[in-house]
Amino acid sequence: MSGNSELTPRAKLAVTAGKAAAAVSRAAGRGSGSVIGGRVALKLDPDLLGRLAQHLDVVLVSATNGKTTTTRLIAEALRAAGPVVSNALGANMPAGITSALSGGSDARFGVIEVDEKYLAGVAKDVTPKAIALLNLSRDQLDRAAETRMLAEKWREGLTGTKAVVIANADDPLVVWAASSSPNVVWVAAGQEWKDDAWSCPSCGGVMQRPGDDWFCGECGFRRPAPTWVLSGDHVLDPHGSAWPIRLQLPGRANRANAATSAAVAAAFGVPPQVALERMYQVQAVAGRYDVVDFLGRDVRLLLAKNPAGWLETFSLIDPPPTPVILSVNARGADGTDTSWLWDVDYTRLAGHPIFVIGDRRLDLAVRLEVAGLDFRVCETVDEAVQSAPPGRIELIANYTAFQDVRRRVGN
Amino acid sequence: MSDSSLRLVWVYPDLLSTYGDQGNALVVERRARQRGLDVMRIDVRSDQPVPTSGDIYLIGGGEDRPQRLAAERLRRDGGLSRASSNGAIIFSVCAGYQILGHEFINDLGEREPGLGLLDVVSTRGEGDRCVGDVLADIDPQLGLPQLTGFENHQGITHLGPTARPFAHTVFGRGNGTGDGTEGAYNGTVFGTYMHGPVMARNPQIADLLLKLALDVNALPPTDDRWYEALRTERIAAATQPA
Repeated sequence: MSGNSELTPRAKLAVTAGKAAAAVSRAAGRGSGSVIGGRVALKLDPDLLGRLAQHLDVVLVSATNGKTTTTRLIAEALRAAGPVVSNALGANMPAGITSALSGGSDARFGVIEVDEKYLAGVAKDVTPKAIALLNLSRDQLDRAAETRMLAEKWREGLTGTKAVVIANADDPLVVWAASSSPNVVWVAAGQEWKDDAWSCPSCGGVMQRPGDDWFCGECGFRRPAPTWVLSGDHVLDPHGSAWPIRLQLPGRANRANAATSAAVAAAFGVPPQVALERMYQVQAVAGRYDVVDFLGRDVRLLLAKNPAGWLETFSLIDPPPTPVILSVNARGADGTDTSWLWDVDYTRLAGHPIFVIGDRRLDLAVRLEVAGLDFRVCETVDEAVQSAPPGRIELIANYTAFQDVRRRVGN
Repeated sequence: MSDSSLRLVWVYPDLLSTYGDQGNALVVERRARQRGLDVMRIDVRSDQPVPTSGDIYLIGGGEDRPQRLAAERLRRDGGLSRASSNGAIIFSVCAGYQILGHEFINDLGEREPGLGLLDVVSTRGEGDRCVGDVLADIDPQLGLPQLTGFENHQGITHLGPTARPFAHTVFGRGNGTGDGTEGAYNGTVFGTYMHGPVMARNPQIADLLLKLALDVNALPPTDDRWYEALRTERIAAATQPA
């Protein structure tokens, strides 16, 4: 496990060229340079990703929501057992992943977030030891593949994989995708959003969902028995021991991410207690959940990119009368169709003072008007923050809107 | 309208509610309540019978496989067809629009029979998917302002002699036939490719359905300033593509 020193001369050259390209890109003020660096390196050595991963115990993490945070939690947990290299900033396509792995010559573990569309391909390239699958739901439908087709691609790509697959038993699409794998650890991690899995991914029958259970009334496809269970703020391990989940990150969804991360860590011999203690260190992930002091208010920055993400976010914000700022854009990286706003139940915000910003604030305004909520449309984040009383403000934004806010509040 | 409350039926949300089209049900319901009407919203899952006594039926867009399943189950159930022959108002979007026609191409690449409630036939386009903001002029007989919406489809829909074009495009592809038509209607059965959702961008369509259901020519006014602001912005966006 001596890392990059075992690489072929060609691979070493590719790593060096990639780092040089990244440095040029950084110097030119174009971000971290990780994607351009990875592209250059992959061009020189198309098999570089596989070569870099050869020397690592690789964990892949994929999902519609929570993959960046979970990658971070798993990385923290595995550091108990050895050095970790990870694409912690969320550059989750092959070029970004290659770049991240190039930086970790002494690492034992590679903890890698993978974009949903690339999971099957990356899993072939890097021969992972473990794959964590959290959830699948509708996202950017103007350009993304259909949700069930993604599950189908996962299923095909993971057939016969040697990796242990750690998968959410509460998401029928994830279960469908994972059940082609010979070695699955099921985690009852929960999922609030259910509207992408009312028809059976296997036969198309109508799914029955009594309580927390689910099954297809027609073909018998059903929820597998989990060995790890998220139960309130504890996780139950396969021996039935309950471990408290104490996180600085808020919300049920992050406790679910922690439960899955504990199961991954256990697969590498890190006990739940050790893993969970280390996860407590994680404070904010790429600016998400961060609380910033801005114009005399404490603004908590929350990212929600799609209906499932908004639903989980509503369940973690402080209760009324805490003000809420909502910001929505519809640029390329967000998806250019805003129709999904109507799949989000905004009546959950009743009682909160609501301020609306972002490129598509008028779409939000109509959405909130139809939900019967009071709101105020503002031109800028400054105006919205200043319109709220001093104290805590919850700010929920989709992808590029979140980046805009981060730039403005200096986070 | 039956009894005292408006019966608003949202057909197969388990299969055809993927592109935010349930917003249409929310807008119709909201605008009815603002006029003091009682509304009974009935969400019908695809393993339940479609009631025949609804006043307004709404059907949304969905992905290819759910679209086939929905067509199979609606044909087998027969409720929507019976409601239509009783004169019900039906408004459909995208995949739902195709299902109301004579046939469409399903996820297996085969010709799938629809319900034949609209005289249209849908095929699958060879070129790029139609994705983006649309602006269109609605058939003047319907007395509605310009149509703004977001299209996202591969389908091409050809109109037969008894279907009238719902609108003619100013920007965007609409039915995809190259003749500038968008959507179709016949009597009280409507189809469109517009998401957005279409009622949020065009609340007067919701009002048209309410007027048809109540058999009145006018409704009390509502405060539409946010709808109007959104319309102005989206119409400008459609005419100046990025």
